[in-house]
Amino acid sequence: MRLLTHNMLASNVKGVTNGFPLRLEAEKWAEKEVELNADFLRHMFSKIEWKALAGAARAVGYGELPDEADASMLDSEDFLRRFHHALLEIHVEEGALVCPESGRRFPINKGIPNMLLHEDEI
Amino acid sequence: MWFLCVFYHRLLDYRRPEVESLAELFDAFGSSGGGGGEGGGEGSPSSRSLEWKLPENHHIDSPFHFVNLPSEEIARNIANRSLLVKGIYELWGQGTSYEELEKAIIEFPDERKLPYLIPESTFRITVDSFGKVISFNEQNERIQGLSYIPFKGRVNLRNPDHKFWLMETDDYGSNNGLPPVVQKTIFFGREIGAADRKLLPTYQLKSRKYLGPTAMDAEMAFLMANQGLAKPGKLVYDPFVGTGSILVAAAHFGAMTMGADIDIRVVRDGRGPNCNVWSNFEQYKLPMPISLLRADNNMPPWRPGLREIFDAIICDPPYGVRAGGRKSGGRKLLKGVVGPYTVPEEKRNDHIPSTASYSLAECMHDLLDLSAKMLVMGGRLVCFYPVLRDDGYTNAQFPEHPCFTLIASCEQILSLRYSRYLLTMVKTGAYTKEIEESARKMHLDFKENHLKWLEDGNLHSAVFSPAESQEMGSNSKFDRDSKPKYRGKYV
Repeated sequence: MRLLTHNMLASNVKGVTNGFPLRLEAEKWAEKEVELNADFLRHMFSKIEWKALAGAARAVGYGELPDEADASMLDSEDFLRRFHHALLEIHVEEGALVCPESGRRFPINKGIPNMLLHEDEI
Repeated sequence: MWFLCVFYHRLLDYRRPEVESLAELFDAFGSSGGGGGEGGGEGSPSSRSLEWKLPENHHIDSPFHFVNLPSEEIARNIANRSLLVKGIYELWGQGTSYEELEKAIIEFPDERKLPYLIPESTFRITVDSFGKVISFNEQNERIQGLSYIPFKGRVNLRNPDHKFWLMETDDYGSNNGLPPVVQKTIFFGREIGAADRKLLPTYQLKSRKYLGPTAMDAEMAFLMANQGLAKPGKLVYDPFVGTGSILVAAAHFGAMTMGADIDIRVVRDGRGPNCNVWSNFEQYKLPMPISLLRADNNMPPWRPGLREIFDAIICDPPYGVRAGGRKSGGRKLLKGVVGPYTVPEEKRNDHIPSTASYSLAECMHDLLDLSAKMLVMGGRLVCFYPVLRDDGYTNAQFPEHPCFTLIASCEQILSLRYSRYLLTMVKTGAYTKEIEESARKMHLDFKENHLKWLEDGNLHSAVFSPAESQEMGSNSKFDRDSKPKYRGKYV
């Protein structure tokens, strides 16, 4: 699972009103190079919850993202690199996503988050 | 500029829509506002379509069409990316006889011919036919017969600069009940571009490592990716990803991919460490999907404020004929026979939640709602939709949504009982509060009347039930044979 995915997911357990952002508990992760596409990053930037991305990046030991970001920063090559790295190049292989409200753990195995709810959660 | 567009004689319904989609992809309709994001005001999708003509007396299913495209470069891009275009040609002449053809080619302006006939160039002439076979000797005679064209270049059969095609058709069909697809016509033209069908043996399913029972055939998957305008920088999502066969095609065209499935065995486990969805991408040296996740299309886990993030949603929803859909919640739970089962604390980690059948109607409703919410403006939903056939004819009614405009529906007949349509819909309307609210109400209705919806949309029983009229004696068999057997959509 990459951090872009983390940024899109929320806990949808019944009764939870604020299931975002999920707390990332990463046990095993890897970095893999991905080709940078600036247009893609610009489009994604407007969709991303920045604080959640910066927080998740810190959870996997990447502290190079600023706490706040605005669209003007997209002109900087350096910023794009970092944004790209955090968004697409960190793969969380094992771990869990934890609902901030209910504490429900959504396990990540072999890079795949399991977001399916149990019978008593729907 | 008018070009001669010759198609492969297969998947007839899919041919023009593919060219139309690729025309959009290569910007044949003028700038779409820099990436399609703000392209909403560029006119309705119906005004963004190509002009087509047929040669005289040709049936719509003929492989020969004329298409109006803005430039040779766009024509080349479209042809080279397509799967069903045998070639797009600059037509130098056509006729119903070789005399007529000669006259036409001589009349074709010199300034458009001579640059391709110069001494420094290399060329090749291919003789092709439709509906008949031309022997090798006859082919040579045909080529010799073109001596009135002043070819100055050298012949190079392997890798020529310019490829010329002489295509001959015959009036066939009068004898086997088919409508007259073509009447004798001869075309001569210069090739602008052609489909790269070599892709298909590379990606064919029989050499794919990880396959499921409903993996999408490679050619169809590429057609779907073309309908979805997959290209670098675009994000494509498949909510029923299975073994990833559709995303493989999208990734081949450079798109970023994401997939979800409710069945964790398929997405996570596969058939061993090197035989799973990831390995299918590795096999073709394609970039891995951005993410695969286990999620239920009925209760997608996207954060509430997330909107307009995917450029295309391309999928083959479970229609319940070969594989049925599943959604969260046990059968008994949805019937109301039992209350919700409380999972004991110590078992929560490895618990496998029960699922229930997912009717096609509900599945389509969820898919449209998700797409309306998550597609960018101008983004595309490309999906299959099954339709029952009655007495050999289909009477199709497609799902509708206020946010979408249907731009193509292409039939592929699967059996006497049913066929599937590839629907291509463009998001043309914003996802409003009212639409969201009515979708939520519908969602509850599906939940409360679970059984009713399941029975209503049960395609499986309709497709597999025994034929009603078994009194078919020799009489009705005769009726059948006497009907015109037009098999166009089967190819």
